Amino acid sequence: MIRIVAMMWALCALCAAAAVAAPVDEETVRQIATQLRCVVCQSLSVADSPSETASQMRGVIRERLAAGQTPEQITAYFVDKYGLWILLAPPRQGFSLLVWVIPYAALLGGLVLVGLAVRRWSRRSQATPVEAKPVDEATRQRIRQELAELDRE
Amino acid sequence: MNRRVLRWGIPLAAVPVLLLLGYGFRTDPREIPSPLIGKPATPFSLKTFDGEPISLEALRGRVVVVNFWASWCYPACYEEAPLLAQASDAYRGRDVTFVGIDIQDKEEAARKFLTQFNFTFPNAPDPLGRVSVDYGVYGVPETFFIDRAGRIRWKHVGALTEDVLRQRIDLLLAERA
Repeated sequence: MIRIVAMMWALCALCAAAAVAAPVDEETVRQIATQLRCVVCQSLSVADSPSETASQMRGVIRERLAAGQTPEQITAYFVDKYGLWILLAPPRQGFSLLVWVIPYAALLGGLVLVGLAVRRWSRRSQATPVEAKPVDEATRQRIRQELAELDRE
Repeated sequence: MNRRVLRWGIPLAAVPVLLLLGYGFRTDPREIPSPLIGKPATPFSLKTFDGEPISLEALRGRVVVVNFWASWCYPACYEEAPLLAQASDAYRGRDVTFVGIDIQDKEEAARKFLTQFNFTFPNAPDPLGRVSVDYGVYGVPETFFIDRAGRIRWKHVGALTEDVLRQRIDLLLAERA
């Protein structure tokens, strides 16, 4: 029993040591860096930019992850220092929510307009029946005559 | 009905687009407001090129001018450097400290820059860029004016002018802590 407890303790100690020394997951660093705008580039993320600034920023991300911060805390840190501008995707709240809503709203509006227009066109074509005037006897006589003339030629 | 919709609808649809363009062309895309204005300056401690420790905490109660520069930043850093050297001499004995932070630089080139302009105020490298990110630095030169209470009051992007430098320092010096 004592041995088992001792083993458990040893295991726990090992786990704790592993947690402290856990190497930072590069994929997590990359995921955070892709959300951040490289401040010295044009439309590049911190993950994609080869600039020294971006590389230092990845270093800061790595350091903060190693210190046990969550990705959300790290992004919040960058927003704190650079403003919302640093985020490549505008947040889905407040004024920038418009950027997310307007395209879908416009698409929906367009679909409704097209739907209405199509309905109107189809109704109009139904409402105008083909008017076939009865052919009177004189005209019929003339058609027959002209056809006969054609045949003769 | 249709004709009226077309006659008014098309020009009306252009209105929001024109408004957006009007707004867009009036704002300067290069100017990005710093969210740090009015906030406490993040403390830093660095080692100067002379091997002396420098920390912001130790300067509380004084006006601090933090200037981010690099020897490769030509011409802007070279334009403002003489002004900084001059101002740091002119304000000697007053409650203001100039601190230079050299970013993304090679030591040799940085030292050459320091001797070229005869900087007498403390200058320190920020090799990992931590201080630059803490101050939301985009590029060099950028200058932060910190008041006696340790708050960032202004950020100047690009080369300083003598007017800006003196005006800001004098305003902050006139404030009581």
